[in-house]
Amino acid sequence: MFQTYRRGLFILSFLAAPVTLYLVYVISPYAQAFYIAMTDWRGVTATPNFIGFDNFIRLFSDGIFWKAVTHNAALLVLLPLLTIVIALFFAFLLNVGREGRGVAGVAGSKFYRVVFFFPQVLAVTVVAVLFQQVFRPDDSGMLNAPLMALGLGPFGFLSDPGLAFWSVLGVMVWQAVGFYVVLFSAGLASIPRDMFEAAQIDGAGRFSLFFRVTLPLLWDTVQVAWVYLGILALDVFAIVWVMTDQHGGPDFSTTVMATEIYRNAFQYFRFGYASALGVVMFFFTIGFAILSLRLSRRERIEY
Amino acid sequence: MTSTSWTAANSRRLARRERRRQLGPLAILTHVALLVWTVLTVVPILWTFLASVKSEDEIFGDAWSMPAGLQWDNFARAWEQAQIGQYMLNSVIVVSFSTFGTMLVGSMAAYVLARYPFRGNRAVYLLFVSGLAFPVYLALTPLFFVVQNMGNVPLVGPFIGLNTHAGLVLVYIAYSMPFTVFFLSAFFRTLPTAVGEAARVDGASHTRVFFQIMLPMAKPGLVSITIFNVLGQWNQYQLPLVLLQERDKWVLTQGIADISTAAGYDQDWAALFAALTLAILPMLVVYTIFQRQIQAGLTAGALK
Repeated sequence: MFQTYRRGLFILSFLAAPVTLYLVYVISPYAQAFYIAMTDWRGVTATPNFIGFDNFIRLFSDGIFWKAVTHNAALLVLLPLLTIVIALFFAFLLNVGREGRGVAGVAGSKFYRVVFFFPQVLAVTVVAVLFQQVFRPDDSGMLNAPLMALGLGPFGFLSDPGLAFWSVLGVMVWQAVGFYVVLFSAGLASIPRDMFEAAQIDGAGRFSLFFRVTLPLLWDTVQVAWVYLGILALDVFAIVWVMTDQHGGPDFSTTVMATEIYRNAFQYFRFGYASALGVVMFFFTIGFAILSLRLSRRERIEY
Repeated sequence: MTSTSWTAANSRRLARRERRRQLGPLAILTHVALLVWTVLTVVPILWTFLASVKSEDEIFGDAWSMPAGLQWDNFARAWEQAQIGQYMLNSVIVVSFSTFGTMLVGSMAAYVLARYPFRGNRAVYLLFVSGLAFPVYLALTPLFFVVQNMGNVPLVGPFIGLNTHAGLVLVYIAYSMPFTVFFLSAFFRTLPTAVGEAARVDGASHTRVFFQIMLPMAKPGLVSITIFNVLGQWNQYQLPLVLLQERDKWVLTQGIADISTAAGYDQDWAALFAALTLAILPMLVVYTIFQRQIQAGLTAGALK
């Protein structure tokens, strides 16, 4: 009896702090957000007016909102695609890439793995400010200087509305690749070596070694990478807010949902409208998660 | 003696020639591809380091010119006037407390949820883990007001409201819970139960078993998640941007973002590059020393 009491007390005392913190700072804001989304709250009045779905109706005729959604959608497709293709390629070279008999990575693969991971440990804001300088629109920019020496450009990597989005995408891929090279390398390391050796003995070249052995065996890890990168693409904020002109410009050509939420809430003080944006973003994220779980269901290869 | 060393050198040369013969065009392409990405990764960073010792005029000149002299006072201006020193100190304070708190509270919750079946266990676990799917932007507006209202709590209010480091620490801990609990409870489930039970029979309390037996046994998992949380919280920008609006409270990411966005034309560009260098260099040094653990820590979650 005393033992059960002690056990209960122990469970309670260990859960009290984490559950309280979590309820106060995470669950309650999420719950409130759904209510605030249906009000016209601007922070001045004590009691916000309930306006039902008006914010959402306004949202769907808001051109900037659609621009943001389009950019998130484009990132959702392009960021995982580019990052995974590049990372898979390098992971393959680093782990199974050596030519000749046997399975081994190319010389210096340790060095490459360390260097490729560099961008991952830098804060996104630091990367954003760094590339703002790299992308400078005249010959003081790291990229424009050699391009102008070749007689090209100068390019307004961040000031040309047609180019700015691609610069954002490029920087995101630049930062993400190293992480996925390491992730795929870890995945490859867990595949028994004899798989590759057997394939080689059967006469598989490097291309079939990649497409018919490596890729199918790594499929689980690729799926995980796809979900992670998809969430990264939906959640992107700092790189756009800090690096681009006018926080998502020029002329909203790089803006995304998260920057619009922040802008509406903390620059225009339209708390209701910003929360409605947040709710839409919430459903996009949940939708993406469910969709990717559905689509990725596939025979697992046991080894 | 001389003849043996000659043959050794000779055979080495032959081996090298043989290796080079085997290096087909594909192998050369492989190395070219790897080198291209290395250059893409390293050059922007090195270029920033180079610019940090240039003068203002040189920064606005040709991007690839070498500096005439090394302007070390760029760093002094970044540290003092741009307050990078202050911001870095703030970041260190916030992240030390928040990571310690996250690990303490997170491992307690994870342990109980992994090892003590009770009514509602599953519900509490799912409550924590569901946080993994929520975009933080949805909570941003209400969170601002939650923290503002915390400022009105009697006694502790002034310490945990808006513009306080302790307030930010609590928010960091709360938002780190989903992943920490998810990962660590999976980890605790893999540990053997026998040692803990033996200690219980010998009269150790539940609390003592946790701190003196289970935590040391869970060290590999704890190290991974600590690294994950340190990096995640150090690099966080969105939450401090909303919750810390007084300049002298800012963390490093806010300070860095601010020198490039807000200052406008009469901006100290040389100091900006020095500030960037100050933010990048320690991270790279720490990473190079602990790269094995850091890579393992960051990828651990994805491979579970």
